[in-house]
Amino acid sequence: MSENETRDAGFDEWLDAAEEDEAYYLECPNGHGSLPPRQVCPDCGATDLEEVPLPGTGEVRTFTVTHVPTPAFEEDAPYATAVASFGPVRLTGQIAGIDLGDVETGLEVEIEVTVSETTGERVLALTPV
Amino acid sequence: MSDVRVAGVGLTPFGNTPERTSRDLFAEASITAFDDSGVSRDDVDALLYGNFMGELAEHQGHHGPLMAEAAGIQAPATRYESACASSGTAVRDAVMRIRNGEDDVVLVGGAERMTNLGTAGATDALAIAADDLWEVRAGMTFPGAYALMAQAYFDEFDGEREDLAHIAVKNHENALNNDKAQYQSAIDVDDVLEAPPVSEPLGLYDACPISDGAAAVVLTSEEYAEEHDLEAPVAITGTGQGGDRMALHDREYLARSPAAREAGTEAYTDAGIDAADVDLAEVHDCFTIAEVLALEALDLFPIGEGISAARDGRTTADGDLPVNLSGGLKAKGHPVGATGASQIAEVAKLLSGDHPNSEFVADATTGLAHNAGGTVASATVHVLEEVSE
Repeated sequence: MSENETRDAGFDEWLDAAEEDEAYYLECPNGHGSLPPRQVCPDCGATDLEEVPLPGTGEVRTFTVTHVPTPAFEEDAPYATAVASFGPVRLTGQIAGIDLGDVETGLEVEIEVTVSETTGERVLALTPV
Repeated sequence: MSDVRVAGVGLTPFGNTPERTSRDLFAEASITAFDDSGVSRDDVDALLYGNFMGELAEHQGHHGPLMAEAAGIQAPATRYESACASSGTAVRDAVMRIRNGEDDVVLVGGAERMTNLGTAGATDALAIAADDLWEVRAGMTFPGAYALMAQAYFDEFDGEREDLAHIAVKNHENALNNDKAQYQSAIDVDDVLEAPPVSEPLGLYDACPISDGAAAVVLTSEEYAEEHDLEAPVAITGTGQGGDRMALHDREYLARSPAAREAGTEAYTDAGIDAADVDLAEVHDCFTIAEVLALEALDLFPIGEGISAARDGRTTADGDLPVNLSGGLKAKGHPVGATGASQIAEVAKLLSGDHPNSEFVADATTGLAHNAGGTVASATVHVLEEVSE
Protein backbone atom coordinates (compact mmCIF):
# COMPACT_ATOMS: atom_id res chain seq x y z
CA MET A 1 0.00 0.00 0.00
CA SER A 2 1.23 3.46 -0.85
CA GLU A 3 0.97 4.74 2.73
CA ASN A 4 3.43 2.08 3.79
CA GLU A 5 6.92 3.43 3.17
CA THR A 6 8.69 0.32 4.43
CA ARG A 7 10.16 -1.66 1.57
CA ASP A 8 10.11 -5.45 1.34
CA ALA A 9 13.77 -6.40 1.23
CA GLY A 10 14.56 -8.69 -1.67
CA PHE A 11 11.27 -8.15 -3.45
CA ASP A 12 11.54 -4.40 -3.96
CA GLU A 13 15.18 -4.70 -5.03
CA TRP A 14 14.03 -7.21 -7.61
CA LEU A 15 11.43 -4.75 -8.94
CA ASP A 16 14.14 -2.05 -8.99
CA ALA A 17 16.29 -4.34 -11.12
CA ALA A 18 13.38 -5.29 -13.38
CA GLU A 19 12.74 -1.59 -14.03
CA GLU A 20 16.33 -1.41 -15.33
CA ASP A 21 15.78 -4.51 -17.51
CA GLU A 22 18.01 -6.44 -15.16
CA ALA A 23 15.53 -8.92 -13.73
CA TYR A 24 17.16 -11.97 -12.20
CA TYR A 25 16.40 -15.22 -10.47
CA LEU A 26 18.23 -17.15 -7.81
CA GLU A 27 20.05 -20.28 -8.85
CA CYS A 28 21.39 -22.97 -6.56
CA PRO A 29 24.37 -25.23 -7.38
CA ASN A 30 21.93 -27.90 -8.55
CA GLY A 31 20.42 -25.58 -11.14
CA HIS A 32 17.10 -24.95 -9.40
CA GLY A 33 15.64 -21.49 -9.95
CA SER A 34 13.64 -19.46 -7.45
CA LEU A 35 12.60 -15.92 -6.61
CA PRO A 36 13.70 -13.62 -3.78
CA PRO A 37 13.61 -12.97 -0.90
CA ARG A 38 15.07 -16.41 -0.34
CA GLN A 39 17.95 -17.89 1.61
CA VAL A 40 17.36 -21.57 0.97
CA CYS A 41 16.61 -23.35 -2.31
CA PRO A 42 13.04 -24.65 -1.93
CA ASP A 43 13.83 -27.66 -4.12
CA CYS A 44 16.98 -29.01 -2.48
CA GLY A 45 17.86 -26.94 0.58
CA ALA A 46 21.07 -25.47 -0.83
CA THR A 47 22.01 -22.18 0.79
CA ASP A 48 24.52 -20.75 -1.70
CA LEU A 49 22.13 -19.01 -4.08
CA GLU A 50 23.43 -16.86 -6.88
CA GLU A 51 21.69 -14.09 -8.82
CA VAL A 52 21.47 -15.05 -12.48
CA PRO A 53 19.94 -12.87 -15.24
CA LEU A 54 16.40 -13.91 -16.13
CA PRO A 55 15.90 -14.85 -19.80
CA GLY A 56 14.70 -11.79 -21.73
CA THR A 57 11.52 -13.43 -22.98
CA GLY A 58 9.06 -15.81 -21.42
CA GLU A 59 6.00 -17.73 -22.52
CA VAL A 60 2.47 -17.50 -21.16
CA ARG A 61 1.45 -20.88 -19.72
CA THR A 62 -2.04 -19.90 -18.56
CA PHE A 63 -4.04 -16.71 -18.11
CA THR A 64 -7.29 -15.26 -16.82
CA VAL A 65 -9.20 -12.02 -17.22
CA THR A 66 -10.31 -10.81 -13.81
CA HIS A 67 -13.51 -8.81 -13.49
CA VAL A 68 -13.91 -8.90 -9.71
CA PRO A 69 -10.65 -7.60 -8.24
CA THR A 70 -9.37 -7.01 -4.74
CA PRO A 71 -9.78 -3.37 -3.61
CA ALA A 72 -6.14 -2.70 -4.56
CA PHE A 73 -7.04 -3.20 -8.25
CA GLU A 74 -10.57 -1.82 -8.24
CA GLU A 75 -9.89 0.75 -10.96
CA ASP A 76 -7.65 -1.60 -12.96
CA ALA A 77 -10.32 -4.23 -13.66
CA PRO A 78 -10.90 -5.89 -15.98
CA TYR A 79 -7.30 -6.98 -16.43
CA ALA A 80 -5.49 -10.11 -17.48
CA THR A 81 -3.20 -12.07 -15.17
CA ALA A 82 -0.89 -14.76 -16.49
CA VAL A 83 1.63 -17.32 -15.36
CA ALA A 84 4.66 -17.17 -17.64
CA SER A 85 7.78 -19.30 -17.69
CA PHE A 86 11.21 -17.69 -17.96
CA GLY A 87 13.76 -20.48 -18.17
CA PRO A 88 13.85 -22.32 -14.87
CA VAL A 89 11.42 -20.00 -13.07
CA ARG A 90 7.82 -19.01 -13.54
CA LEU A 91 6.17 -15.76 -12.59
CA THR A 92 2.68 -14.39 -12.12
CA GLY A 93 2.21 -11.03 -13.79
CA GLN A 94 -0.40 -8.68 -15.12
CA ILE A 95 -0.63 -8.57 -18.90
CA ALA A 96 -0.08 -5.10 -20.37
CA GLY A 97 0.14 -3.65 -23.87
CA ILE A 98 -2.33 -5.99 -25.59
CA ASP A 99 -6.11 -6.22 -25.93
CA LEU A 100 -7.55 -8.58 -23.33
CA GLY A 101 -9.19 -10.64 -26.06
CA ASP A 102 -5.82 -11.33 -27.68
CA VAL A 103 -4.15 -12.90 -24.65
CA GLU A 104 -3.49 -16.58 -25.19
CA THR A 105 -1.44 -19.46 -23.89
CA GLY A 106 1.92 -19.52 -25.65
CA LEU A 107 2.14 -15.73 -26.01
CA GLU A 108 5.76 -14.52 -25.83
CA VAL A 109 6.22 -11.84 -23.21
CA GLU A 110 8.85 -9.78 -21.49
CA ILE A 111 8.91 -8.31 -18.03
CA GLU A 112 7.90 -4.74 -17.38
CA VAL A 113 7.11 -2.91 -14.17
CA THR A 114 3.89 -0.93 -14.41
CA VAL A 115 1.81 0.93 -11.84
CA SER A 116 -1.64 0.09 -10.45
CA GLU A 117 -4.23 2.64 -11.57
CA THR A 118 -5.89 2.21 -8.20
CA THR A 119 -3.03 2.53 -5.71
CA GLY A 120 -0.04 3.77 -7.68
CA GLU A 121 1.92 0.77 -6.42
CA ARG A 122 4.35 -1.02 -8.70
CA VAL A 123 3.02 -4.11 -10.47
CA LEU A 124 4.97 -6.90 -12.13
CA ALA A 125 3.65 -6.87 -15.69
CA LEU A 126 4.13 -8.99 -18.78
CA THR A 127 4.06 -7.34 -22.20
CA PRO A 128 4.07 -9.02 -25.61
CA VAL A 129 7.50 -9.13 -27.22
CA MET B 1 -3.70 -47.71 18.39
CA SER B 2 -7.27 -46.67 19.09
CA ASP B 3 -9.90 -46.38 16.43
CA VAL B 4 -11.41 -42.91 16.24
CA ARG B 5 -15.17 -42.57 16.39
CA VAL B 6 -17.38 -39.71 15.29
CA ALA B 7 -19.59 -39.36 18.35
CA GLY B 8 -21.49 -36.23 17.40
CA VAL B 9 -21.66 -33.51 14.79
CA GLY B 10 -23.12 -30.02 14.65
CA LEU B 11 -23.50 -27.41 11.96
CA THR B 12 -25.01 -23.96 11.97
CA PRO B 13 -26.90 -22.93 8.89
CA PHE B 14 -24.32 -21.67 6.37
CA GLY B 15 -25.17 -18.37 4.78
CA ASN B 16 -25.48 -14.68 5.18
CA THR B 17 -25.54 -13.69 8.85
CA PRO B 18 -23.08 -10.78 8.96
CA GLU B 19 -24.05 -9.73 12.48
CA ARG B 20 -23.21 -13.07 14.10
CA THR B 21 -19.76 -13.35 15.67
CA SER B 22 -17.73 -16.50 15.13
CA ARG B 23 -17.91 -17.27 18.86
CA ASP B 24 -21.71 -17.23 18.61
CA LEU B 25 -21.66 -19.43 15.52
CA PHE B 26 -19.25 -21.94 17.03
CA ALA B 27 -21.23 -22.11 20.29
CA GLU B 28 -24.32 -23.12 18.34
CA ALA B 29 -22.47 -25.79 16.36
CA SER B 30 -20.88 -27.17 19.54
CA ILE B 31 -24.22 -27.42 21.37
CA THR B 32 -25.62 -29.47 18.50
CA ALA B 33 -22.52 -31.67 18.42
CA PHE B 34 -22.57 -32.35 22.18
CA ASP B 35 -26.32 -33.05 22.14
CA ASP B 36 -25.79 -35.43 19.22
CA SER B 37 -22.87 -37.19 20.91
CA GLY B 38 -24.05 -37.87 24.44
CA VAL B 39 -20.54 -36.89 25.58
CA SER B 40 -20.10 -34.71 28.66
CA ARG B 41 -18.28 -31.44 28.14
CA ASP B 42 -16.26 -32.33 31.25
CA ASP B 43 -14.64 -35.21 29.37
CA VAL B 44 -13.20 -33.09 26.55
CA ASP B 45 -9.40 -33.23 26.56
CA ALA B 46 -8.77 -30.59 23.90
CA LEU B 47 -10.35 -28.23 21.41
CA LEU B 48 -8.76 -27.97 17.98
CA TYR B 49 -10.34 -25.09 16.10
CA GLY B 50 -9.98 -23.91 12.52
CA ASN B 51 -10.29 -20.31 11.43
CA PHE B 52 -8.70 -18.38 8.59
CA MET B 53 -9.53 -14.67 8.52
CA GLY B 54 -10.54 -13.80 12.07
CA GLU B 55 -7.95 -11.03 12.30
CA LEU B 56 -9.36 -9.33 9.20
CA ALA B 57 -13.06 -10.01 9.69
CA GLU B 58 -13.34 -9.59 13.44
CA HIS B 59 -10.11 -7.99 14.61
CA GLN B 60 -9.65 -11.09 16.69
CA GLY B 61 -6.69 -13.34 17.17
CA HIS B 62 -6.08 -16.04 19.80
CA HIS B 63 -9.27 -17.90 18.98
CA GLY B 64 -8.50 -21.10 20.91
CA PRO B 65 -9.48 -20.08 24.44
CA LEU B 66 -12.25 -17.84 23.15
CA MET B 67 -13.90 -20.78 21.43
CA ALA B 68 -13.35 -23.19 24.33
CA GLU B 69 -15.18 -20.66 26.49
CA ALA B 70 -17.93 -20.28 23.89
CA ALA B 71 -18.39 -24.05 23.80
CA GLY B 72 -18.35 -24.31 27.59
CA ILE B 73 -15.37 -26.62 27.88
CA GLN B 74 -12.46 -26.41 30.30
CA ALA B 75 -9.67 -27.75 28.14
CA PRO B 76 -6.60 -26.50 26.31
CA ALA B 77 -7.50 -25.10 22.92
CA THR B 78 -5.49 -24.42 19.78
CA ARG B 79 -6.36 -22.60 16.61
CA TYR B 80 -5.41 -24.12 13.27
CA GLU B 81 -4.86 -21.88 10.27
CA SER B 82 -4.19 -23.48 6.88
CA ALA B 83 -6.33 -21.19 4.75
CA CYS B 84 -9.38 -23.11 3.52
CA ALA B 85 -7.94 -26.38 4.89
CA SER B 86 -7.87 -25.03 8.46
CA SER B 87 -10.34 -27.38 10.10
CA GLY B 88 -9.38 -30.37 7.95
CA THR B 89 -5.93 -29.95 9.43
CA ALA B 90 -7.45 -29.69 12.89
CA VAL B 91 -9.39 -32.93 12.33
CA ARG B 92 -6.20 -34.70 11.29
CA ASP B 93 -4.41 -33.66 14.45
CA ALA B 94 -7.41 -34.65 16.55
CA VAL B 95 -7.35 -38.10 14.98
CA MET B 96 -3.65 -38.49 15.71
CA ARG B 97 -4.04 -37.33 19.31
CA ILE B 98 -6.73 -39.93 19.97
CA ARG B 99 -4.86 -42.66 18.18
CA ASN B 100 -1.69 -42.15 20.14
CA GLY B 101 -3.59 -42.24 23.41
CA GLU B 102 -2.90 -38.66 24.36
CA ASP B 103 -6.59 -37.78 24.34
CA ASP B 104 -9.86 -39.71 24.64
CA VAL B 105 -12.24 -36.95 23.59
CA VAL B 106 -11.50 -34.04 21.29
CA LEU B 107 -13.84 -31.29 20.17
CA VAL B 108 -12.76 -30.28 16.68
CA GLY B 109 -14.33 -27.75 14.38
CA GLY B 110 -14.13 -24.28 13.03
CA ALA B 111 -16.00 -21.15 12.13
CA GLU B 112 -15.74 -18.18 9.85
CA ARG B 113 -17.46 -14.83 9.73
CA MET B 114 -17.05 -13.40 6.23
CA THR B 115 -20.11 -11.63 4.88
CA ASN B 116 -19.62 -8.63 7.18
CA LEU B 117 -16.59 -7.81 5.00
CA GLY B 118 -18.65 -7.40 1.83
CA THR B 119 -17.60 -8.87 -1.52
CA ALA B 120 -14.54 -6.65 -2.00
CA GLY B 121 -13.37 -7.12 1.57
CA ALA B 122 -13.86 -10.88 1.48
CA THR B 123 -12.07 -11.08 -1.88
CA ASP B 124 -9.20 -9.18 -0.30
CA ALA B 125 -9.18 -11.45 2.75
CA LEU B 126 -9.31 -14.68 0.73
CA ALA B 127 -6.39 -13.49 -1.38
CA ILE B 128 -4.03 -13.70 1.59
CA ALA B 129 -4.04 -17.47 1.12
CA ALA B 130 -1.78 -16.78 -1.89
CA ASP B 131 1.78 -15.40 -1.97
CA ASP B 132 1.36 -11.71 -1.23
CA LEU B 133 4.56 -10.54 -2.90
CA TRP B 134 4.52 -12.61 -6.06
CA GLU B 135 0.84 -13.32 -6.70
CA VAL B 136 -1.48 -10.90 -4.94
CA ARG B 137 0.57 -7.81 -5.83
CA ALA B 138 0.26 -8.77 -9.49
CA GLY B 139 -3.52 -8.66 -9.09
CA MET B 140 -4.19 -12.36 -8.66
CA THR B 141 -7.39 -12.97 -6.73
CA PHE B 142 -8.48 -16.31 -5.34
CA PRO B 143 -11.04 -16.88 -8.10
CA GLY B 144 -8.29 -15.69 -10.45
CA ALA B 145 -5.96 -18.45 -9.24
CA TYR B 146 -8.55 -21.14 -9.94
CA ALA B 147 -9.32 -19.50 -13.27
CA LEU B 148 -5.63 -19.87 -14.16
CA MET B 149 -5.93 -23.57 -13.31
CA ALA B 150 -9.18 -23.90 -15.29
CA GLN B 151 -7.62 -22.32 -18.38
CA ALA B 152 -4.58 -24.58 -18.02
CA TYR B 153 -6.92 -27.58 -17.76
CA PHE B 154 -8.87 -26.51 -20.86
CA ASP B 155 -5.61 -26.06 -22.77
CA GLU B 156 -4.34 -29.49 -21.75
CA PHE B 157 -7.52 -31.58 -21.91
CA ASP B 158 -10.04 -29.75 -24.11
CA GLY B 159 -12.71 -29.25 -21.48
CA GLU B 160 -15.15 -26.38 -21.70
CA ARG B 161 -17.23 -24.12 -19.48
CA GLU B 162 -20.32 -26.22 -20.06
CA ASP B 163 -18.62 -29.23 -18.46
CA LEU B 164 -17.93 -27.14 -15.35
CA ALA B 165 -21.49 -25.82 -15.38
CA HIS B 166 -22.80 -29.34 -14.83
CA ILE B 167 -20.84 -29.49 -11.57
CA ALA B 168 -22.52 -26.33 -10.29
CA VAL B 169 -25.95 -27.62 -11.35
CA LYS B 170 -25.32 -30.95 -9.61
CA ASN B 171 -24.19 -29.40 -6.36
CA HIS B 172 -27.15 -27.01 -6.26
CA GLU B 173 -29.44 -29.97 -6.88
CA ASN B 174 -27.85 -31.85 -3.98
CA ALA B 175 -28.40 -28.91 -1.62
CA LEU B 176 -32.11 -28.61 -2.32
CA ASN B 177 -33.13 -30.53 0.78
CA ASN B 178 -30.14 -29.66 2.96
CA ASP B 179 -31.65 -27.21 5.41
CA LYS B 180 -28.19 -25.99 6.46
CA ALA B 181 -27.19 -25.05 2.91
CA GLN B 182 -26.77 -21.46 1.80
CA TYR B 183 -28.45 -22.08 -1.56
CA GLN B 184 -31.43 -24.40 -1.58
CA SER B 185 -32.36 -23.49 -5.13
CA ALA B 186 -32.00 -25.29 -8.43
CA ILE B 187 -30.05 -23.74 -11.30
CA ASP B 188 -29.55 -24.90 -14.87
CA VAL B 189 -26.58 -24.96 -17.20
CA ASP B 190 -27.64 -21.74 -18.92
CA ASP B 191 -27.76 -19.94 -15.57
CA VAL B 192 -24.11 -20.85 -15.04
CA LEU B 193 -22.98 -20.01 -18.56
CA GLU B 194 -24.80 -16.67 -18.58
CA ALA B 195 -23.70 -15.53 -15.12
CA PRO B 196 -21.41 -12.50 -14.90
CA PRO B 197 -17.72 -13.39 -15.25
CA VAL B 198 -15.65 -13.28 -12.07
CA SER B 199 -12.31 -14.32 -13.48
CA GLU B 200 -12.58 -15.88 -16.93
CA PRO B 201 -13.27 -18.66 -17.69
CA LEU B 202 -15.03 -18.79 -14.31
CA GLY B 203 -18.29 -16.98 -13.71
CA LEU B 204 -20.35 -16.24 -10.64
CA TYR B 205 -21.97 -19.69 -10.55
CA ASP B 206 -18.61 -21.44 -10.88
CA ALA B 207 -17.69 -19.96 -7.50
CA CYS B 208 -18.76 -20.88 -4.01
CA PRO B 209 -20.48 -18.07 -2.11
CA ILE B 210 -19.07 -15.97 0.70
CA SER B 211 -20.48 -17.55 3.84
CA ASP B 212 -20.79 -17.34 7.59
CA GLY B 213 -21.05 -20.54 9.58
CA ALA B 214 -19.56 -23.04 11.98
CA ALA B 215 -19.05 -26.77 12.32
CA ALA B 216 -18.22 -28.91 15.34
CA VAL B 217 -17.43 -32.60 15.66
CA VAL B 218 -16.95 -34.62 18.85
CA LEU B 219 -14.36 -37.34 18.28
CA THR B 220 -13.66 -40.06 20.81
CA SER B 221 -11.54 -43.15 21.09
CA GLU B 222 -13.24 -46.45 20.37
CA GLU B 223 -12.72 -47.43 24.02
CA TYR B 224 -14.39 -44.27 25.28
CA ALA B 225 -17.33 -44.81 22.92
CA GLU B 226 -17.77 -48.39 24.17
CA GLU B 227 -17.36 -47.53 27.85
CA HIS B 228 -19.99 -44.81 27.58
CA ASP B 229 -22.27 -46.80 25.32
CA LEU B 230 -22.22 -44.06 22.69
CA GLU B 231 -24.04 -44.38 19.43
CA ALA B 232 -21.08 -43.72 17.18
CA PRO B 233 -21.43 -45.89 14.11
CA VAL B 234 -18.86 -44.08 11.96
CA ALA B 235 -15.08 -44.17 12.42
CA ILE B 236 -12.34 -42.06 10.87
CA THR B 237 -10.11 -44.84 9.59
CA GLY B 238 -7.70 -42.91 7.41
CA THR B 239 -6.01 -39.54 7.55
CA GLY B 240 -3.56 -37.91 5.18
CA GLN B 241 -2.02 -34.52 4.56
CA GLY B 242 -0.14 -33.12 1.62
CA GLY B 243 1.77 -29.95 0.92
CA ASP B 244 3.09 -28.05 -2.06
CA ARG B 245 4.85 -24.83 -2.99
CA MET B 246 2.89 -21.74 -1.95
CA ALA B 247 2.53 -20.06 -5.35
CA LEU B 248 0.54 -21.65 -8.15
CA HIS B 249 3.23 -20.66 -10.67
CA ASP B 250 5.69 -23.00 -8.94
CA ARG B 251 3.63 -26.11 -9.77
CA GLU B 252 5.07 -28.24 -12.53
CA TYR B 253 1.55 -28.92 -13.80
CA LEU B 254 -0.84 -26.03 -13.36
CA ALA B 255 -3.94 -28.21 -13.70
CA ARG B 256 -3.05 -30.81 -11.07
CA SER B 257 -3.03 -30.95 -7.29
CA PRO B 258 -0.13 -33.10 -6.06
CA ALA B 259 -0.78 -32.11 -2.44
CA ALA B 260 -4.24 -33.65 -2.65
CA ARG B 261 -2.79 -36.73 -4.30
CA GLU B 262 -0.24 -37.06 -1.48
CA ALA B 263 -2.95 -36.64 1.15
CA GLY B 264 -5.26 -39.09 -0.59
CA THR B 265 -2.63 -41.75 -1.03
CA GLU B 266 -1.66 -41.48 2.62
CA ALA B 267 -5.29 -41.64 3.77
CA TYR B 268 -6.10 -44.64 1.57
CA THR B 269 -3.04 -46.51 2.81
CA ASP B 270 -3.82 -45.56 6.39
CA ALA B 271 -7.35 -46.93 6.06
CA GLY B 272 -6.23 -49.94 4.09
CA ILE B 273 -8.50 -49.14 1.16
CA ASP B 274 -8.20 -48.18 -2.50
CA ALA B 275 -9.87 -45.33 -4.34
CA ALA B 276 -12.20 -47.94 -5.84
CA ASP B 277 -13.60 -48.66 -2.36
CA VAL B 278 -14.93 -45.11 -1.96
CA ASP B 279 -18.73 -44.99 -2.09
CA LEU B 280 -19.21 -41.24 -1.75
CA ALA B 281 -17.03 -38.16 -1.42
CA GLU B 282 -17.22 -34.62 -0.17
CA VAL B 283 -14.52 -32.72 -2.05
CA HIS B 284 -13.34 -29.12 -1.82
CA ASP B 285 -15.24 -27.47 -4.69
CA CYS B 286 -14.49 -23.83 -3.90
CA PHE B 287 -14.77 -23.44 -7.67
CA THR B 288 -16.21 -25.91 -10.17
CA ILE B 289 -12.75 -26.66 -11.56
CA ALA B 290 -11.57 -27.52 -8.05
CA GLU B 291 -13.95 -30.48 -7.94
CA VAL B 292 -12.41 -31.76 -11.17
CA LEU B 293 -8.86 -31.43 -9.90
CA ALA B 294 -9.82 -33.13 -6.63
CA LEU B 295 -11.48 -36.12 -8.29
CA GLU B 296 -8.37 -36.67 -10.39
CA ALA B 297 -5.87 -36.13 -7.58
CA LEU B 298 -7.79 -38.58 -5.38
CA ASP B 299 -7.65 -41.23 -8.12
CA LEU B 300 -11.43 -41.32 -8.31
CA PHE B 301 -11.19 -40.43 -12.01
CA PRO B 302 -8.23 -40.62 -14.41
CA ILE B 303 -6.30 -37.43 -15.20
CA GLY B 304 -8.19 -35.49 -17.86
CA GLU B 305 -11.48 -37.31 -17.28
CA GLY B 306 -12.76 -35.69 -14.10
CA ILE B 307 -14.22 -32.80 -16.05
CA SER B 308 -16.98 -34.88 -17.64
CA ALA B 309 -17.92 -36.80 -14.47
CA ALA B 310 -20.86 -34.58 -13.55
CA ARG B 311 -22.01 -34.09 -17.13
CA ASP B 312 -22.03 -37.85 -17.66
CA GLY B 313 -24.00 -38.43 -14.47
CA ARG B 314 -21.21 -40.34 -12.76
CA THR B 315 -21.02 -38.03 -9.72
CA THR B 316 -24.66 -37.00 -9.44
CA ALA B 317 -26.77 -38.25 -6.52
CA ASP B 318 -27.89 -41.28 -8.53
CA GLY B 319 -24.49 -41.84 -10.14
CA ASP B 320 -22.02 -44.57 -9.28
CA LEU B 321 -19.93 -42.19 -7.14
CA PRO B 322 -22.02 -39.36 -5.66
CA VAL B 323 -19.83 -36.33 -4.98
CA ASN B 324 -20.79 -33.46 -2.72
CA LEU B 325 -24.20 -34.77 -1.72
CA SER B 326 -24.25 -31.97 0.84
CA GLY B 327 -24.23 -29.41 -1.96
CA GLY B 328 -20.51 -28.95 -1.54
CA LEU B 329 -18.86 -25.61 -0.95
CA LYS B 330 -20.64 -24.42 -4.08
CA ALA B 331 -24.18 -24.64 -2.74
CA LYS B 332 -23.86 -25.54 0.94
CA GLY B 333 -21.52 -22.57 1.39
CA HIS B 334 -17.90 -22.10 2.39
CA PRO B 335 -17.34 -20.47 5.76
CA VAL B 336 -13.65 -21.15 5.30
CA GLY B 337 -12.55 -22.27 8.76
CA ALA B 338 -15.64 -24.47 9.20
CA THR B 339 -15.48 -26.28 5.88
CA GLY B 340 -13.13 -29.18 6.65
CA ALA B 341 -15.00 -30.16 9.81
CA SER B 342 -18.35 -29.71 8.09
CA GLN B 343 -17.29 -32.24 5.45
CA ILE B 344 -16.59 -34.78 8.20
CA ALA B 345 -20.04 -34.05 9.64
CA GLU B 346 -21.73 -34.50 6.27
CA VAL B 347 -19.93 -37.75 5.43
CA ALA B 348 -20.67 -39.18 8.88
CA LYS B 349 -24.36 -38.37 8.52
CA LEU B 350 -24.51 -39.75 5.00
CA LEU B 351 -22.96 -43.04 6.15
CA SER B 352 -25.09 -43.38 9.27
CA GLY B 353 -28.31 -42.71 7.39
CA ASP B 354 -29.05 -39.41 9.15
CA HIS B 355 -28.60 -37.14 6.15
CA PRO B 356 -31.43 -35.85 3.95
CA ASN B 357 -29.56 -37.40 1.01
CA SER B 358 -28.74 -40.72 2.71
CA GLU B 359 -31.36 -42.43 0.56
CA PHE B 360 -29.03 -42.06 -2.43
CA VAL B 361 -26.24 -43.96 -0.68
CA ALA B 362 -28.15 -46.52 1.36
CA ASP B 363 -25.53 -49.23 0.80
CA ALA B 364 -22.50 -46.98 1.26
CA THR B 365 -19.95 -47.93 3.89
CA THR B 366 -16.95 -45.80 2.94
CA GLY B 367 -16.80 -42.04 2.49
CA LEU B 368 -14.09 -39.53 1.73
CA ALA B 369 -13.59 -35.92 2.85
CA HIS B 370 -11.10 -33.73 0.98
CA ASN B 371 -10.23 -30.25 2.23
CA ALA B 372 -7.85 -27.91 0.38
CA GLY B 373 -6.06 -24.66 1.23
CA GLY B 374 -4.88 -21.98 -1.17
CA THR B 375 -4.25 -23.27 -4.67
CA VAL B 376 -3.88 -26.63 -2.90
CA ALA B 377 -0.60 -25.87 -1.21
CA SER B 378 -2.31 -27.57 1.75
CA ALA B 379 -4.60 -30.57 1.60
CA THR B 380 -6.09 -33.06 4.01
CA VAL B 381 -8.03 -36.21 3.20
CA HIS B 382 -9.99 -38.36 5.62
CA VAL B 383 -11.56 -41.78 5.12
CA LEU B 384 -14.70 -42.49 7.12
CA GLU B 385 -16.22 -45.93 7.43
CA GLU B 386 -19.37 -47.31 8.89
CA VAL B 387 -18.44 -49.64 11.70
CA SER B 388 -20.14 -53.02 11.61
CA GLU B 389 -21.45 -53.89 15.06
